[in-house]
Amino acid sequence: MSDKVVAELHEPTPSVGDGGPDMIQLLTPEGQRVSHPDYDKYVADLTADELRSFYRDLVLIRRLDAEGYALQRQGELGLWPSLLGQEAAQVGSGRALKPHDFVFPTYREHGVGFVRGMDPQSSLQLFRGVSQGGWDPAEHNFHLYTIVIGAQALHATGYAMGMRMDGNVGTGDPDRDTAVICYFGDGASSQGDVNEAFVYAASFDAPVVFFCQNNQWAISEPVEKQTRIPLFQRARGFGFPGVRVDGNDILATYAVTQHCLDEARNGNGPLLIEAYTYRMGAHTTADDPTKYRVSAEVEEWKFRDPILRLKSYLAHEGMADEAYFTSVDEEADRFAAELREGCVTMKTMPGETMWDHIYAEEHPVMEAERSAYLAYKASFEEAN
Amino acid sequence: MALEKVTLGKSITNGLRKAMEADPKVVLIGEDIGKLGGVFRITEGLQKDFGEERVIDSPLAESGIVGTAVGMALRGYRPVCEIQFDGFVYPAFDQIVSQVAKMRARSLGALKIPMVIRIPFGGGIGSPEHHSESPEAYFAHTAGLRVVACSNPEDAHWMIRQAVACDDPVIFFEPKRRYHDRAEYDTAAASAPRGLFEANVIRQGTDVTLVGYGPVVKTMIESAAAAEAEGTSIEVIDLRSLSPLPIDTIVSSVRKTGRLVVVHEASSFLGMASEISAQVTEQCFYELEAPVIRVGGANIPYPPSRMEEEFLPDLDRILDGVDRALAY
Ligand SMILES: Cc1ncc(C[n+]2csc(CCOP(=O)(O)OP(=O)(O)O)c2C)c(N)n1
Ligand SMILES: [Mg+2]
Repeated sequence: MSDKVVAELHEPTPSVGDGGPDMIQLLTPEGQRVSHPDYDKYVADLTADELRSFYRDLVLIRRLDAEGYALQRQGELGLWPSLLGQEAAQVGSGRALKPHDFVFPTYREHGVGFVRGMDPQSSLQLFRGVSQGGWDPAEHNFHLYTIVIGAQALHATGYAMGMRMDGNVGTGDPDRDTAVICYFGDGASSQGDVNEAFVYAASFDAPVVFFCQNNQWAISEPVEKQTRIPLFQRARGFGFPGVRVDGNDILATYAVTQHCLDEARNGNGPLLIEAYTYRMGAHTTADDPTKYRVSAEVEEWKFRDPILRLKSYLAHEGMADEAYFTSVDEEADRFAAELREGCVTMKTMPGETMWDHIYAEEHPVMEAERSAYLAYKASFEEAN
Repeated sequence: MALEKVTLGKSITNGLRKAMEADPKVVLIGEDIGKLGGVFRITEGLQKDFGEERVIDSPLAESGIVGTAVGMALRGYRPVCEIQFDGFVYPAFDQIVSQVAKMRARSLGALKIPMVIRIPFGGGIGSPEHHSESPEAYFAHTAGLRVVACSNPEDAHWMIRQAVACDDPVIFFEPKRRYHDRAEYDTAAASAPRGLFEANVIRQGTDVTLVGYGPVVKTMIESAAAAEAEGTSIEVIDLRSLSPLPIDTIVSSVRKTGRLVVVHEASSFLGMASEISAQVTEQCFYELEAPVIRVGGANIPYPPSRMEEEFLPDLDRILDGVDRALAY
C-alpha cells in the first residue's frame, strides 16, 4: 500500500452515527476487507479489472459532480444537486443492475445514470434549463429525473407490476427475469407516495427494489425528523425485507443490491435497501448548510470517504498502483473538459418549440398558440 | 410613524412575527422553516424566538403539513403552513380542496378552519420544473377557500397579518421573484386594518384598464409608464384578492376606460382572466369598446428556464395586449 494512501487513512473513524450492528459492510472505512456470510459470494468473483473499473466510475462521477458545481458557480447551470459522498451508493447499486433492469432516479442520481451508460451531459440539461427531462428513458432503462419528492416510487412500483404481468419475473431465465430499482432519499420516506408504493408493491409482489440513500439530511432536516426507527426497519411493517448497507462501501452496496435484485427477479420482491451514507455538500447550490449543521459532522464523515476506501483496498491488495490512480485522474481531466465543453455549447431550443411534444395527438391550441407566437415575434422584426 | 425600507420577504417575516406576538395560538408549520428559516428565509429567526412548538419543522410530506394543520385548527390553533414551492402543493391538494375548504359548511358553521397556506409562486427565477408555477386558479375555483396574492412589501406585511386573523382558510400567494424588492413604508401603520379582499387602484388612467396580481403588478406599472410616454393613459389595478374577486373595482374602472387587459403568469386557458373577462362582459357589455384581452402564460407545462422569458408576460407582451385592446 502506498504511503500516501496510508497517510490519508490513518485517522480513526468516529463512532457516532456509524450505522449500527445491522449495517452490512464488506470494506471498513480504512479499506480492509471484512467478510460476511451472506454477501461475500456476490463479490467473490470480481476480478481486479472489475474492481479497478469500480474505482474509475467513482472518480469520474465525483468529477462530474465537481464540474456540475463549478458550472453552476460560473452561471452555466441554474442549480446543481451534488452527489458528493454518495458515489459508492450510486455506483455500487448501479453496477449491480443488468441492462434490462429499469431505474427510477430522483434528481441526484447522476452517478447511476453514468454507470447505466447515459451521456453524462444528460444530467446537466435539466439544471441548465434547456429541458425539463431531456432523454428517452428506454435508451438506458433509466427514467427521467423526478423532482417531486417520492412520486417516482409509485411509478417504479407500477412499472414492476407491469413486468410481472408480462411474465418477466421468476421464470428462472436470467435473460428474462427483470427488476426495477427505485431511488429516493431519507426525507422522501415520509411522503405518502412512498408509503403507498410500499403497500402496492407488497400487495402485488412487485419485483421492485426500493433503494433509499439515507444521506442523513433532507435539506435542513436531520433524518430523526422523518423517522424514529432505522429506515430499513420500516419495510418489515409493510411485509417485506429491509436491509441496511454501508452506502460508502462500494463492495457492500454492490453485493446487497445484487442480492436484492436477484430476489426481486425471482419473484420475492419487493425489498428495501437503506444505504447509510452522507451528503457531504450542500443540498443544492442554492443551499447554505452552515445554517443548520456543524462542520465537525462533515469532518467525521470524511474519514468514511467511499473513494479512499476502495483506493486503499486496491493498493493494499496490489490490484492497482500509483500509476493506475494517476491514469484515472488524467482520464477524469479529459472527461471534465469534454463535459464543460458539452455544457456550454448545449443549445437552448427556440421559443416556438415550447408547444412541441405536449400531446401525442394533434391539439388545436398548440398549433394556434405557436402561430400566434411566431406572428408576434415577426412583428418585432418588421418594426426594426 | 416608523418609516423603514423593507424587502417583500422580510415584510412577511415581520408580519408573521407580529401575528405570533399578538396571538399565542398562531403556529407555523412547514419544511425547513426552523433553523434554516425556510428556503426563502421567510421564517428566519422565528423558531429561535418562538420555539420549536410554534415554528414546526415538518417531516417531508405536504399532505401531512396541511392535514395536521386542519387538526390543529380544530383544536383552536391558527396554523400558518408553508409550502416550499408552488409545484409542491399538489400532494396536499386533497386536504385543501376536500377537507380545508369544506369543513365549515359540513359542520353547518360549527367549525372554523382559520388557517393560512403560504405558497411562493410564479416564475422568472431560472429554476428547474415545479419551482415556477402559478396554481392559483385551482384554489380560486374551490368554494370555501379565500385566495389572495401580494405584490409589494407594504401589502405583504399587512396582508399576511390579516390573512392570519381571518377565520376562514386563506391561500396566500407570494411572488417569489419579488421577495427581494424593497420599499419604504410606515411599518407601524402597516398593521392598521385594510381590506384584504379589496383591489388596489395603483394608478389612475382613462384609456385602458390593466388588471393583475402578484409578480406581474410591477411589470404592469412599468408598462403603464411606458404607454404614457406614447400618450396612452392606463389605469392599473392590483387585484390582491383572487377569491372573493373584487369585481366592483374592475367594473367601475372599465365603465370609465371601456377597455380591459388582464395579466397573469398562469396559463390563460381557464385562468383568473377568464373569470374576470366573463364577469366584466356580463356587467359592462355596453361600455366595452373592445373584447377583454388576456395576457397570460402559454397553455403548456412551465417551460425549461432558458425559455421562460418567452413564456412569461413581460412589458412588451402587456403593451401588445394594450395595443390589441386599442385597435378596436
Ligand atoms: C413534494 C416535494 N416537496 C418538497 C420538495 C422540495 N425538496 C427538494 S429536495 C428536498 C429534500 C429531499 O430530501 P431527501 O428525500 O432526503 O433527498 P436528498 O435531497 O437528501 O437526496 C425537498 C424538501 C420537493 N422537491 N418535492
Ligand atoms: Mg436525504
